[in-house]
Amino acid sequence: MPGTVQSIERAAAVLRLLAAGPGRLALGEIAHSLDLAKGTTHGILRTLQHVGFVDQDRASGHYGLGPAMRRLGTSQLDVNELRSFAINWADPLAARTGEAVRVGTVLAGQVLVVHHVFRPDDTFQTLEVGAHLPLHASALGKVLLAYRAAGAVPAAHLDRFTRRTILAPRTLAAELQRVRGAGWAADVEEMTPGNAAIAAPIRAHGGLVVGAVGIDGLVERVCDSRYRPHQQLVAFVRDAARSISRELGGLREAA
Amino acid sequence: MTERYVVAIDQGTTSTRCIVFDRRGRLVSVAQQEHKQYFPRPGWVEHDAAEIWRNVERLAPEALRQAGIDAGQVAAIGIANQRETTVLWDRRTGHPIGHAIVWQDTRTDDLVRELRRRPGAAVVEHDSALPMATYFSGPRISWMLDHRPGLRQRAERGEILFGTMETWLIWNLTGGLHVTDVTNASRTMLLDVHTLDWSPAALTFFGIPRAMLPQVRASIGGFDTARHAFPGVRIGAALGDQQAALFGQTCFAPGEAKCTYGTGSFLLLNTGDELVRSTHGLLSTVAYQIEGGPAAYALEGSIAITGSLVQWFRDQLELIASAPEIETLARTVTDNGGCYIVPAFSGLFAPHWRSEARGVIVGLTSYITKGHLARAVLEATAWQTREVVDAMNADSGLDLSTLRVDGGMTADNLLMQYVADVLDVPVVRPLAAETVSLGAAYAAGLAVDYWPDLEGLRQNWHRAAQWLPTMDPAARDREYRNWQRAVQRTFDWTRPS
Ligand SMILES: Nc1ncnc2c1ncn2[C@@H]1O[C@H](COP(=O)(O)OP(=O)(O)O)[C@@H](O)[C@H]1O
Repeated sequence: MPGTVQSIERAAAVLRLLAAGPGRLALGEIAHSLDLAKGTTHGILRTLQHVGFVDQDRASGHYGLGPAMRRLGTSQLDVNELRSFAINWADPLAARTGEAVRVGTVLAGQVLVVHHVFRPDDTFQTLEVGAHLPLHASALGKVLLAYRAAGAVPAAHLDRFTRRTILAPRTLAAELQRVRGAGWAADVEEMTPGNAAIAAPIRAHGGLVVGAVGIDGLVERVCDSRYRPHQQLVAFVRDAARSISRELGGLREAA
Repeated sequence: MTERYVVAIDQGTTSTRCIVFDRRGRLVSVAQQEHKQYFPRPGWVEHDAAEIWRNVERLAPEALRQAGIDAGQVAAIGIANQRETTVLWDRRTGHPIGHAIVWQDTRTDDLVRELRRRPGAAVVEHDSALPMATYFSGPRISWMLDHRPGLRQRAERGEILFGTMETWLIWNLTGGLHVTDVTNASRTMLLDVHTLDWSPAALTFFGIPRAMLPQVRASIGGFDTARHAFPGVRIGAALGDQQAALFGQTCFAPGEAKCTYGTGSFLLLNTGDELVRSTHGLLSTVAYQIEGGPAAYALEGSIAITGSLVQWFRDQLELIASAPEIETLARTVTDNGGCYIVPAFSGLFAPHWRSEARGVIVGLTSYITKGHLARAVLEATAWQTREVVDAMNADSGLDLSTLRVDGGMTADNLLMQYVADVLDVPVVRPLAAETVSLGAAYAAGLAVDYWPDLEGLRQNWHRAAQWLPTMDPAARDREYRNWQRAVQRTFDWTRPS
């Protein structure tokens, strides 16, 4: 087979071995079973541990499958954990932009709002954590679709919310292509008349997109006179998304 | 005109941080460093004060570098510090005498039991407005003087100095100014909270020579210019960390209260110029004092175990992998299933102050799942808050109308909703999460007219989230009664040996 990566094959073998039995295994047993050098095996185990696929018992030092492995295919990151990682960066984003901030992930074909910071003007607002938004008509949703977060795909039928909502699958595909190219998404009166939003991806280990963070507010504040999002606001949103990704281990620091 | 900034030094229990803030109270940069925790015996907790000062010296330029500014652009420094931690050092060399004894340390247990019975204890408790407890610095100084040969004589000759952490830092920053701020002084049991000076009766009672004590100054405006770490910059303010959080939450008016939800939780209620004496197990403490003005006082309810119960659930029971997962697990069920956890791990703090109590899990049946236990863990924090708020309302005659919250546990929506439900008042989280360091920065900026007045600071406070009560009153009463019955079951568990 051309182009197979040996270390990935070995990692897969380690995972199969750990998944095969109920108990934990010592480093030596794993190396012996797979006929690998201890050093090589240790390197593979450390990497798998780093991404959460393997964990090591504190007392015995033996290895077993990690929590991320058991969750593989369901939800990649606990939503409450995502909020804890985002909270320190969502607040400054609201302070800098003067707009409300939301963090979203995918649940059952919709955006699930996992964190919400009020627009910092002290008007009465209601906490919308747990609310759902349409994937194709919100900035958060477009980001999640564009990067296939949690396997998100556009619905067969796209519901109309305003006269600006994207309804044609091909238009949406082109828009998602643009989002991937630019690294951010916008929704300008596509979900709610008079409102606009900007969002950017949150990445975890290996660059996997696990959520999106964004701002939303009145279209005349978020966009310029030609209905284009203000570049300064886009930059703030992308900065916040990068900061959260860094905490999640999804950004390789440029030296 | 070059932009100017304010720097906060947040000297906490596990780490020290230097944080740069701009004029709108926004965080510009953070430099942080943990220090070593020493546990030489069960119940003993120590820090190396020299290490902490070295960290400050290293963090200061780091924070400025990250912000891209120099010391000339810093309008003032504000200090917020772990309270009650006790440092002794040699006046001549500046070297600490042994390790600092940390606020969590309970080595003075036997001493305190004996002190309670000594004549004069009531006077000391009256002057300081604090109950005789291992929590405060006074008994620790006494213990240190008793346990090191010759130390008391040297202290009497003025060769040994005492300080809480802010005193130690100011001594080092200024190169020899020996002062304390009144909020920190109010946690020693040595301060007469009416005169705001050391109580002669307390000094005699604890056998502490006056010569070793720092001069008591107002929290805001009373300090000199730094010569080290931030050369040439005015030290604008110093406050205990919980008082700083109260200030950072802009609770300037009587009746305003905040609760910081971290490892433990601390609820402080501003009571204005009036020192309110608790008859319900709360502490009376100084909230802050602006130089030349009267002191503002606060009632404080300290809860020992809140976030640390979540840590216990994670690390000892291993039912979750991370603290935030407690919410996910708790949401797998709709109620506690009749189960209650009272985390009296090393006794109960406010309002009970029962050191002999130990934790219980009650209401176990075969129906209970780990989801119910997770609920009970979160509910324990809410009910402990309720007990403190009830005590405050009774002591102050003020009815709490909103609770401002901060700290790591405010990321937990289920918990914050439950707090609003059991208190039956709105719970509000501000946009600035770093309330301790922000409070120190505000106080320092105020001292040098970087910010004009308290009203100006209020303008910086914005609501980031709000949880409104939705619980049915009958259910609330029933649950509270159950909680109170569970608390009763923790009492008298350990017996004096
Ligand atoms: N989502 C959450 N739900 C419940 N508890 C939490 C959550 N996130 C953090 N905690 C708890 O909050 C505490 C950390 O808060 P923090 O304010 O950093 O504490 P401290 O300043 O006292 O160290 C820890 O004890 C942790 O268990």
